[in-house]
Amino acid sequence: MAEMPTVDGKKCNGCGLCVSVCHCHVFVLVENVISVIETEECTWCTQCEAVCPTGAISCPYEIIVEK
Amino acid sequence: MSVDVELLKAFPYFSGLDRAELESSRGFFFERKAQRGEFVLKEGEHGETLYFVASGVVKEFMTSTDGKEQTLRLIRPGESFNDVPIFDGGPNPASAVAMSPLVLYGIRKGDMERVMREHPSVALNAIKALAGRVRYFVSLVEDLSFRHVIGRVAKILLEQARTETGSGPRLTQQEMAAMAGTAREMIGRALKALEEDGAIRLDRHRILITDRDALREMAGVTLETKVTDRQQIEP
Repeated sequence: MAEMPTVDGKKCNGCGLCVSVCHCHVFVLVENVISVIETEECTWCTQCEAVCPTGAISCPYEIIVEK
Repeated sequence: MSVDVELLKAFPYFSGLDRAELESSRGFFFERKAQRGEFVLKEGEHGETLYFVASGVVKEFMTSTDGKEQTLRLIRPGESFNDVPIFDGGPNPASAVAMSPLVLYGIRKGDMERVMREHPSVALNAIKALAGRVRYFVSLVEDLSFRHVIGRVAKILLEQARTETGSGPRLTQQEMAAMAGTAREMIGRALKALEEDGAIRLDRHRILITDRDALREMAGVTLETKVTDRQQIEP
């Protein structure tokens, strides 16, 4: 199961900016409701998080020391 | 709900207390739970409760008048917050918000004073913990005053890397920016620069530290490590 950006539905205002910036077709906006499509295509560019005007989208990083 | 004595024993404030002392203190504590994103404290409000984190992570931060946020600390299990108002009676100097589902043990100011009078070693432990906090904030001021953004980001990565026991918060670029005292855009650039220098590798949602020594050098961490009350960066 691929790790995906998360959307806080309470903060999302359905503006669709995330859909427009995403190269990987992760987001789908239907009747003002955003859905996240799980896909390995997501490169974690975090542009969706950057453009979201309400801070509804999170792309958290895990920080690991590589052995 | 009564608190777990074994957990209480692990809190630095209660380090070294015997079973009887812990049992006599536990009755003053109460449990409080919070969901991710829920505020535990707000900056400027008056509060009379000292909190210890039993599980989860708390972000302690300040907000400027123009809305810019500066993260002061990420508070992990065993650590305390809201110590300052308890001891000096003033308002909360910072806000605290749950970064994950949270279980806190709280104790009211009057009860904490009673515990410290009955068990002076608790007061000594509190002084030691707060001295470590002062040392931490001196280091933070140094970071914000002197270090370049890349150095600050390098230090954040070293300090927040997942431990061998598996704990370590997941951080968004916005959260890293708040910790580093910079704009979100600078974090992306800093991560790219660190990757180009070979210190880290970005693998989708993972930041892999590939050259810890190089990262330490960029962070300006010397072999005489700076001990914070969060995590020691190993030499």
